[in-house]
Amino acid sequence: MSIFVAVQSDDFCVASEYDELRQQANCGAIVTFSGLVRELSNNILHNMTLEHYPGMTEQALIAIAEQAKQRWQLGAVRIVHRVGTLKPQQQIVFVGIASAHRAAAFAACEFIMDYLKNQAPFWKKEHTAQGDYWVAAKVSDQQALARWE
Amino acid sequence: MIKILFFAALRERLDCEQYLLSCDDKILQVADILQQLQSRCHNWQLELSRNDLLCAVNQQLVPLTASVQDGDELAFFPPVTGG
Repeated sequence: MSIFVAVQSDDFCVASEYDELRQQANCGAIVTFSGLVRELSNNILHNMTLEHYPGMTEQALIAIAEQAKQRWQLGAVRIVHRVGTLKPQQQIVFVGIASAHRAAAFAACEFIMDYLKNQAPFWKKEHTAQGDYWVAAKVSDQQALARWE
Repeated sequence: MIKILFFAALRERLDCEQYLLSCDDKILQVADILQQLQSRCHNWQLELSRNDLLCAVNQQLVPLTASVQDGDELAFFPPVTGG
């Protein structure tokens, strides 16, 4: 199985990522997920800064992809996560899975996002009309891990 | 020497990005180091006592019971919020 991980300030192109996944032989299914910067109520979000722990971030993403590989028969996993300053509607994260059949691809994509949300060292800071705030971790994200245990 | 890194809201609240700690070739527990850092001042005591504090040794998430030795990179940070 091939694993590709990138942490970058540049934007990514979903079509290019999809084409890379489509190169994988013996795969009949591709599932992709994109996460975007969500506007806050009253449209007060100017932008968001994504900080990370260089070095650890890449290792954490590879480790999560490896865990997915242990659970399902996968052909390819691609994870791209952006850092730096991002505006509402801009892309933050891409997860793409190629596998022989759809069930494994759907499950692995959700698994990777659930673990990324809890274990990959990224932090969001929102810059709004009312001030700057670090985004708090959500209990629902922690609870989402329970279904994989 | 142990290199200690702080990230995100914790880095801002401590006003510290990196802290070097000499350890005289001893093997220490993360919890011991945390206690030492907490004793620096009231603010550090407060910020480093949060029960949601996460810790990594050599860029791997570990519990506070993990060991650290000379040359290791230790990091403390708040719960992650990527994705």
